[in-house]
Amino acid sequence: MTSFSAMQWVRQLTAGKTTSVDVTREYLDRIKQRDTKVRAFLRVDPSAALAQAEAIDRRRKAGKPLGLLAGLPVAVKDLLCAAGEPTTCASRMLENFRSPYDATVVAKLKAADAVLIGRTNMDEFAMGGSNENSAFFPTHNPWDLSRIPGGSSGGSAACVASRMAPLAVGSDTGGSIRCPAALCGITGLKPTYGRVSRFGLVAFASSLDQIGPMGQTAEDCALLLEVMAGHDPKDSTSIDQPVPRYTQSVAKPLNGLRLGVVREHFGEGLDPEVDLAVREAIRVYQSLGATVREVSMPHAKYAVATYYIIAPCEASSNLARYDGVHFGYRSKEERGEARGEDREKAGSYFAGSSPLIDMYCRSRSEGFGDEVKRRIMLGTYALSAGYYDAYYKKALKVRRLIRQDFDQAFGQVDLLVGPVTPTPAFKLGERIDDPLAMYLFDLYTVSANLAGIAGMSIPCGFSSQGLPIGLQLQAPPLAEERLLRGAAMFQRATDWHTKEPNLG
Amino acid sequence: MSISRAEVKKVSLLARLSLSDEQLDRMTSQLGDILGYVDQLSELDTEQVEPMAHALDFANVFRADAVQPSLDRETALANAPHRDAECYRVPAVLGE
Repeated sequence: MTSFSAMQWVRQLTAGKTTSVDVTREYLDRIKQRDTKVRAFLRVDPSAALAQAEAIDRRRKAGKPLGLLAGLPVAVKDLLCAAGEPTTCASRMLENFRSPYDATVVAKLKAADAVLIGRTNMDEFAMGGSNENSAFFPTHNPWDLSRIPGGSSGGSAACVASRMAPLAVGSDTGGSIRCPAALCGITGLKPTYGRVSRFGLVAFASSLDQIGPMGQTAEDCALLLEVMAGHDPKDSTSIDQPVPRYTQSVAKPLNGLRLGVVREHFGEGLDPEVDLAVREAIRVYQSLGATVREVSMPHAKYAVATYYIIAPCEASSNLARYDGVHFGYRSKEERGEARGEDREKAGSYFAGSSPLIDMYCRSRSEGFGDEVKRRIMLGTYALSAGYYDAYYKKALKVRRLIRQDFDQAFGQVDLLVGPVTPTPAFKLGERIDDPLAMYLFDLYTVSANLAGIAGMSIPCGFSSQGLPIGLQLQAPPLAEERLLRGAAMFQRATDWHTKEPNLG
Repeated sequence: MSISRAEVKKVSLLARLSLSDEQLDRMTSQLGDILGYVDQLSELDTEQVEPMAHALDFANVFRADAVQPSLDRETALANAPHRDAECYRVPAVLGE
């Protein structure tokens, strides 16, 4: 039996064919059965979720107005603040942190009457593409438990794929929604930079981070995006433009669609099975009347190098706030506030430095995992005196060239189409000691973040080993409607998005 | 450009991280690999290209200069790892 998508549930709930309590119970039961294997969630609070569901059912019964997500369970990546609750970013650093306020997206989910069912696992501070960088435990790919779900929104992707939530919120800094969506066989959208407020999102790389929806279908993503998008005075980089009614337009096909295929995305390193599935998907679009032309993005091959300078530079600056003073982890060895014996102990780390600096160093070294340290180091180096021009400024210039490639391409075509990841999901542990190999997995996704455009991953097939393959669609800034309509059009002609893993 | 172990050690202090000898060795080799890969950017002539720090062409975003509610002291201190009734507590800034 296949599970209802979010929009199918909304129709059931609105028609009074089921209740939010029943829907929530069903998902809680599945979490209980399946999450011991998948480990997508960091925290689930069944009684809190059922209490929200009951309250919504009562209001529905009383004929009160309800929000767009009324009664629907939504899982949230554990990097969005929710007042009074933990937000860990899957890091020891924030293990005991409790948010003082709601992120704007969380406030919007609550206002839309969503049932917040749980918090999903991720790579620590959203840094990684495999979920293995979670400080707590790795999430497993529901299609093959020995494999990674992708990252960094791996928990969100895995929970939707294993039908433990109909919708999940993710964030995408270099592919962190699109890659796990592809590897887990679900639909995920990275909106235009600024389309969704970042207020209350724990920052990784502020000029690249963007929150987005993950679900079974393009229609589901339209629903969640409609709730989350919009200008926010608390985020001065959010775009002050009206939010289209994505749910109203998503079912309209795009007539005369002009697709662009990026020549550089079909070269060396692309797995032949992914290549085949993507080319087959392009033929599906042609059969629906789309015209296809090849476009060139001459700077595509520099995207990973550019990204892995800019993102770590921003991260090193953003993560300087974790000082063991204001919030977050503080080394236990420094509890004795400048008592003589502690100072002596601390002094052994860096001869001649201050007890305060020693406390910073100890707290950060004990609180951050290896990948976070690596990126802080890389960014600190690239921003340090003597290297700034050679690395950071150079990368910012190449970033403009990458953006110009997109501007030129979108002068000729409506959407770009291609692979999301070079291969299907790899094995847990396979690349953990090779950070560069891990970074190269982001080859096709990072450029959308650098340019600030919108991108999406939709299921388009399976490998011979039964692993999902994703198709990437990319659209110009603020063309999410076009993106969603293009994705929905594909999903009406195919059934890849309805496939479910067998979790016994 | 490659990076030396001594540079990595210096950067770790700037980043307020203390790395063990074994971590320093591994970090030196991994950062070397990554920087070696990044060096391909030097193939590109970017003399005439303006840096792009941000995807949006915003200049300044202003709001009314009016007092707004903010976190009260207790809420702000609630997550402090070490505090007293009014302040964050930190170790001595200067050593002996």
